[in-house]
This record gives sequence, C-alpha cells and structure tokens, in this order.
Amino acid sequence: MIPNILFVIVLIATISIFSKKVRSISRNIKLGKKLEIKDNKSKRWKLMTRVAIGQSKMTTRPIPALLHLFVYVGFIIVNFEMLEILIDGIFGTHRVFSFVGDNYKILISAFEIFGLAVMFGCLIFLVRRNVIRLKRFWNSEMTAWPRSDANIILITELFLMSAILIMNATDGILQTRPHTHFIEVGSFLISSFIQPLFVGMSDENLMFIERFCWWFHIVGVFAFLNYIPYSKHFHVFLAFPNVFYSKLEPKGKMANMPSITKEVKSMLNESAEVQAGEEEELGQFGAKDVRDFTWKNLMDAYTCTECGRCTSSCPANITGKKLSPRKVVMDLRDRVEYLGKQIKINGTDFTDDKSLLNQITTEELWACTTCNACTEECPVNIDPVSIILDMRRYLVMELASAPSEINGIFSNIENNGAPWQFSPEDRLLWTE
Amino acid sequence: MATKEKIDVPVMADLFAKGKKPDYLFWVGCAGAFDDRYKKVARAFAKILNHLNISYAVLGKEESCTGDPARRAGNEMLFQMQALTNIEVLNGYEVKNILTICPHCYNIFKNEYPDLEGHYNVINYTEFLKDQIDKGSLKISSDIFKNNKITYHDPCYLGRANKIYEAPRKVLENIPSVKVEMDRNRSFALCCGAGGAQMFKEAEKGEKEVFIERTEDALKTGADIIATACPFCMTMMSDGLKYKNKEEEIKNFDIAELIAQSLDL
Repeated sequence: MIPNILFVIVLIATISIFSKKVRSISRNIKLGKKLEIKDNKSKRWKLMTRVAIGQSKMTTRPIPALLHLFVYVGFIIVNFEMLEILIDGIFGTHRVFSFVGDNYKILISAFEIFGLAVMFGCLIFLVRRNVIRLKRFWNSEMTAWPRSDANIILITELFLMSAILIMNATDGILQTRPHTHFIEVGSFLISSFIQPLFVGMSDENLMFIERFCWWFHIVGVFAFLNYIPYSKHFHVFLAFPNVFYSKLEPKGKMANMPSITKEVKSMLNESAEVQAGEEEELGQFGAKDVRDFTWKNLMDAYTCTECGRCTSSCPANITGKKLSPRKVVMDLRDRVEYLGKQIKINGTDFTDDKSLLNQITTEELWACTTCNACTEECPVNIDPVSIILDMRRYLVMELASAPSEINGIFSNIENNGAPWQFSPEDRLLWTE
Repeated sequence: MATKEKIDVPVMADLFAKGKKPDYLFWVGCAGAFDDRYKKVARAFAKILNHLNISYAVLGKEESCTGDPARRAGNEMLFQMQALTNIEVLNGYEVKNILTICPHCYNIFKNEYPDLEGHYNVINYTEFLKDQIDKGSLKISSDIFKNNKITYHDPCYLGRANKIYEAPRKVLENIPSVKVEMDRNRSFALCCGAGGAQMFKEAEKGEKEVFIERTEDALKTGADIIATACPFCMTMMSDGLKYKNKEEEIKNFDIAELIAQSLDL
C-alpha cells in the first residue's frame, strides 16, 4: 500500500507543479497585444498536421530529420507504456496490460525498438553538438546555458530509456524464477540482449534493480516533465499551437498598422479631418518591449527550440554580421520570462527602465534584408522577421533613429516620390 | 543589341483623354525609371509588350514609389502616405491589372495594398511572359544564346515571399541555351543583400558583403550569364561581378532583356 500512496502523492505533486508553470507561461504570452486568429480553421488544421505533426519542414536537412523522427516517434510511442506504468503505480498492479496475452510481448518489444531508436538519436545528437560541434550549436548566442540545456535533455532521455530496458531485462529473468510474483509474459526483443548481464544475480538483487529502475524511470519522467517548461524542450508542446496560429499569408506580406491609416487618411483628406474631441490616443508605434508585440510573437519566442536553422541560413549572419534571428527570438523569450517573474512579484503594472533594445542592438535590427530565409527554415513556423520589423518601426517612428542613408531615402520618397533624388518629371526618360 | 532609340510607350493620362482604357497598367517602378542599368530592363519589357501588341499604359509622371523601402525601414507613416496616394491615382484610372517588373513592387501591390483598399490583379512579368509562351503568342526562334550558360538567381520577393520559382525558369527554358542551377536555389536561394531597404545603405560590419557571397555561388556554376528578375538583385550581382573582375566574361541580364534580345527587339 505504501508505494501506491507514495506514487499518487508524487503524481499529484508533478501535475500541480507542471500546470502552475504552464499557467504562468500562458499568462506571460498573454502580456502580448491582442490579435484575433480565427480564420481558415481547416487550412490551419492541415498546416499543423503537415508541419507540426508531420514535421515536413525538417526534411530539408535529412540526417537530423531522421534522428529527430526517431526521438519524436519514440517519445510518443513510449508514452503508451507510460500509461501502463501510471496504472500499475496507482493500483499496485504489475504489467496490467499483460491481459492482452501474446500480443503483450509484441507490444512491449515494439516499444523497446522505439526506445532504442530514441537512444540512438540522442547519442548522435550529443556527438553532433559536443564532438563534431556543428557551427549552428556554437554561435555566440549559444552560451553555456543553452548548450547545457540541450545536453541535459539528451542525457536525461538516454537515462530514462536505459532504465526501461534494464527494468524489462530483469523482469524477464524474474519471470523464470520460482517463488517470484512476476507474471510470465516472456522476454522482450531488445532488453533480452542485456539479460546476460543480470542472469547470475540473486532474486533479491534482481527485484531491487527492477523496482529501482521502475521508480527511477517514473520519477525521472515526472522530474523531466517539470524541467521542460524551463527549457527549449517546451517546443514538444508549443510546436502544435504555434504552427496552427502561424501566418497563412505569403511570407512577403507585412502586417498593416490600421492606427496609422486613420492618421494618414485625415492628413491626406481634409474633409475627413478628425474633430479635436474625437481624436483617439494613438499609442506607441512599433515595438520596443514585450507588451508591444502580439501574443503570437511571444508564443513564437516560447516555442523556439534553438536549433539555429534560421541563423545558419541568414545572409547577414552567414557573412559575419551580428544579426542572428535565433538570438532575436531567444532575447525576446528571456525578456518575457524576466518580466513575467517581476510582474508576479511586483504586480501587473511592473516596468523597469530597460527594454528589449537593451538586448537587441540597432546594429542587429538594421542588418536584416527581410529575405525570409529564417521563416522559410523554421520547422515550427516562427517569424523572426516580424519581430525585427516591428522594432524598426519603433526605432524610426518613436525614436527617429535610422541610419543617415535611410533618412535620406525617406526624404527623397517624401519629396520626389522615389528613393533616389530624381524629379518625377523625369519618370519617362527611360523610353527615350 | 538595339541602340538608344525612342520607344513608343503609351501613357495612361493620354489614353484616358482619348477615352481609351488599356487592359494592363505597366508599373515601371523607381528603378525602371531612374536606375541607369535597370532602365534598359524597363525598355526591354516595353518592347516585348509592343511586340505582343498588348493593350497597356504606364503612369509616367504620375507614378510614385510604392513605399516598400519606407515600410521595411520602419516608416509606416510614409509608406501609407505613398500607398494611399497611389491607390487614389490607380482607382482614378480604374486600373484592374497591374504588370510589374520589380518584385518588391509586385509584393506590396499584391499583398499589402489590399489592406488599404487597393485591390488589383497583380501580375509579375515572369508569370506574364510564361503565359504568353504557353498561349503561343511569344515564340523565340533565334538562338543567340545557344552557346551561353545561364544561371538564374531567385529574388527573395518573388521566391520565398511569393513562391514564384518556376515561372522565371520556364521562361528561360524557352531561350535555347544551357541552364545551370546554383547550389542554393529556389527556397534555399541566398539573398543578394539588398532587400528590406538594405539597397540604400551601407551594410553592417561583418566579414563579407552578402552580394559577394552570392556572386560566388553564381561563379561556381561556371555560367557566363547571370539572369536576374529584380532591380536590386541586378545592382548587387553586377557589383559582385565587378568586384570579382569578371564583368568582361560574365554578364548579368534581366530575364526581360534575354527575351527581348532573343526576339531581336
């Protein structure tokens, strides 16, 4: 009885801590500006199925795509085994699904194959990150924490899978021993290979290892679940809504600013001039901090798994400029997390004398060519370009701070209707 | 190549005064009107339109910047002033179909003017040329490029921005010549470095200029013609060839120029 009670307590604690953190992330995302995304439901479901569930955008880089598929499919499949473990834990049963008979052995053997695939994927990923040291995992924004985060995830998954295999191996041996209560379901495909390591052991030792692995695995899973919201690994949850709510319009389309349309219309058309009393508060133009972005921008930030495909395809970054789309997204996420925490302590109106511009410099913002290579690459449809452009809007319209050549084209466009200093009278000279 | 002679380009205001309404508005763009190199592209396309007997007109002095560089440099106010003024002019002439050569103009008309009540059928010239070829109206019989190797550089605002990858390639296929692809092509194509108002400013500090990186992609193919479909890309790739001292052996032409030359226009 005691293990059951203990298990239920751990389970309840796990779920409540996890949901508390998820609620706080959800509150943080809602710090963003309102944006209604209710159109094209069926198109969005299809997009989510293809890009998030089907991982279609991963395929452009086949090797990591395949390895990631191993880990992803393995992760989902092994969760079915988790269901059995949960039931066993709560009710004190042992291998409750074994009632299905011979199929049980096939089922668990299949899980083991996927578990092995997960381990293979994680191992190669560790090698790619730490031995081969692929450039995109070592860019300047990949400081100690993001690098450790990735390694913690991979090593944890290796340990969790090993625990299952060892548990199954010892279980298989215990089934054959007399006087143990282990249900005879047979040995399983993968774990039977490591059984020779354990055959010589006593019943007591085997039972200890089996139970230890069972608890290690389930407590490990619970701990890992509570680690995920603090980690880039949160993409395993947010990838789906993030793709669902991503932009369906052509990549080239920039979001409109209706507040400015009103202003401009009244400037152009005197008869539509706004009465002094009716004048609305225009608010701030562009974005300098968390609350100026839409909730979708903030969800993008929390979804980022720091894979760096964006940065490795960014023309500015490739040619050694400071701009890295991944850094932009990570900076935004870190700032949301920080503000969220401060708000929790100091109340909803909390502000400090800093903004996102303390993290993202104007040099980075002005280096973007808006080529959309980053949005094209992102496997979970994050849009770094819209973050950058909204910040440029703030720089230009609120701070009047633009490179001098850019101010030059502004005045040319305003005065002669072209970015160059030519008279509109000369617009037909090309025909002559 | 034709020497400088006046080409007959109908102007909207003149046609309207005569009570005529053309099928298409040819939006020349600021580069077509003012950039010395790109003026030749505008001329080439106008000659093609004349050759095909298309009913079209340009706005001429009434044309004004679409506002693309202003918007992408963060000046929404200026962009919307330009856009709303342009929409008034376009609607005044009851324009339905807009033909563009510049992909930035194409993108902004197609995707962004509708938010400001400017609704038009916007056609990029590569799509237009492809249709003319498919319909059989545009036939290329000369083979002046048969000994040339052509590589096509995808402009971001046609490619990734609007998923137009095949129309320009189909047009080029109709020009007898050898075609080669750069390693980074279509959705993987590297930007020339000029989009998002970069064209008009110095690049930020780095190890290399983007246009040099992209020119190297093109040089690696062994092509002797780089085909472009954007005024900014043209400036960048031509600069890249100069930087590499290759402008004698390798030429940069716009797709419209290649077609016009193939038609001996």
